[in-house]
Amino acid sequence: MRITNLLEIKSVTCTKQERCLFESLSFSLEAGQIMQIEGPNGAGKTSLLRIISGFARPDEGEIHFSGQSISDNYDEFAAQLLFIGHKTGVNGQLTAYENVCHWLRVHGCHVDKRAYDLLSLLGLVGLEDVPVRTLSAGQQRRVALVRLWLNNAKLWILDEPFTALDKKGVKQLQTRFAEHLAQGGAILLTTHQDLTTHFTALKTLVLEYQF
Amino acid sequence: MTAQHSYWQLFTSVYSKDVTLAFRQRSEIVNPLLFFLIVITLFPLAIGPEPALLKRIAPGIIWVAALLSTMLGLDKLFRDDYNDGSLEQLIASPYPLSLSVLAKVFAHWTITGLPMVLMAPMFALLMNLDSQALGATVLTLLIGTPLLSFIGAIGAALTVGLQKGGILMSLLVLPLYIPVLIFATSAIDTSSMSLAYGGQLAILGAMLAVACVCAPIAISSALKVSVS
Repeated sequence: MRITNLLEIKSVTCTKQERCLFESLSFSLEAGQIMQIEGPNGAGKTSLLRIISGFARPDEGEIHFSGQSISDNYDEFAAQLLFIGHKTGVNGQLTAYENVCHWLRVHGCHVDKRAYDLLSLLGLVGLEDVPVRTLSAGQQRRVALVRLWLNNAKLWILDEPFTALDKKGVKQLQTRFAEHLAQGGAILLTTHQDLTTHFTALKTLVLEYQF
Repeated sequence: MTAQHSYWQLFTSVYSKDVTLAFRQRSEIVNPLLFFLIVITLFPLAIGPEPALLKRIAPGIIWVAALLSTMLGLDKLFRDDYNDGSLEQLIASPYPLSLSVLAKVFAHWTITGLPMVLMAPMFALLMNLDSQALGATVLTLLIGTPLLSFIGAIGAALTVGLQKGGILMSLLVLPLYIPVLIFATSAIDTSSMSLAYGGQLAILGAMLAVACVCAPIAISSALKVSVS
């Protein structure tokens, strides 16, 4: 039986400031696969993720999700997408709990006690009710990553998810990745560190710095 | 976990987030109001406290002050969300962006416009407006300030990606504010002459109705351009 591609990148080209970041890039991602995008700083990893998420438009080429172009069916795609970028979407003035609740409601989920349980799972016990800006960089990152436990999106697009996380956090995150893949999800991430957990369905894409 | 989509839930969530944030940084609420008060108290000092003269120029001053103080908070309307990435999250949510935008504009109006409407009777007294014109002032502000928020939000959305978009935003938005200013001051003028001012109010109301429907679409398109 042929496994249908969840995500298909069809000859995508991106040019920024008259520099071609990547040209005619094509790849696909199936359900249950994780793809790591590697490359030096400025190679266009973030630009690629933003194009795939639909925030930016490619100069050429198309992105297909479940066989449909994302620019035509963006709302359906958005319902299946979880994007966490460099800017994590966590508001520093609000508390961790308020951030999680707001995020849940915006994505049409129920707010229940699990928000507290998850914050404690991620080592934020006792910090639920202080403004997030007073937390450390790693703790702020954890607040953003709570989303990974509270959603049913199929495709995760994560830009440098391990930034500022401690070793235990990195491990916990990779365990969660494995769960998501087992449930038939797909993950696309950029990172400079190698993944410490071994994933059987790991694909690697290397972007070269082009002049 | 089951996702149950409710537009109302999205609207209240975005709205309450912005209002909560404004109450945490109270200067956001107090600043525009204080600015409004300062402009209105400075005018009689500068041009002389003759009751007849003040009464004549009051509609203009109240409305210009309201217009400028609305613009004070506009630059911040999408700025924080743009900087912390919340805007991207709103775009990548399964809900239409125009609905989130409507909630944000409504929150902006609650924070800057509504206090002005509530304080207007006091300000009108400072300018020696009589009771007929007072009603017109409150009514025009009630219909006009949401309109100012809607129009201003289009400018704010277009310039949110720029480092210093404040001046460009003023240039974009001010010409669009002029029709509102003309009809609102004309309504107050007419009412102080004891004439019916329903016509001007109706036009303001029509503009608000159009803005309610069209502005969120324009704002969300502008935001998508700014984010990309």
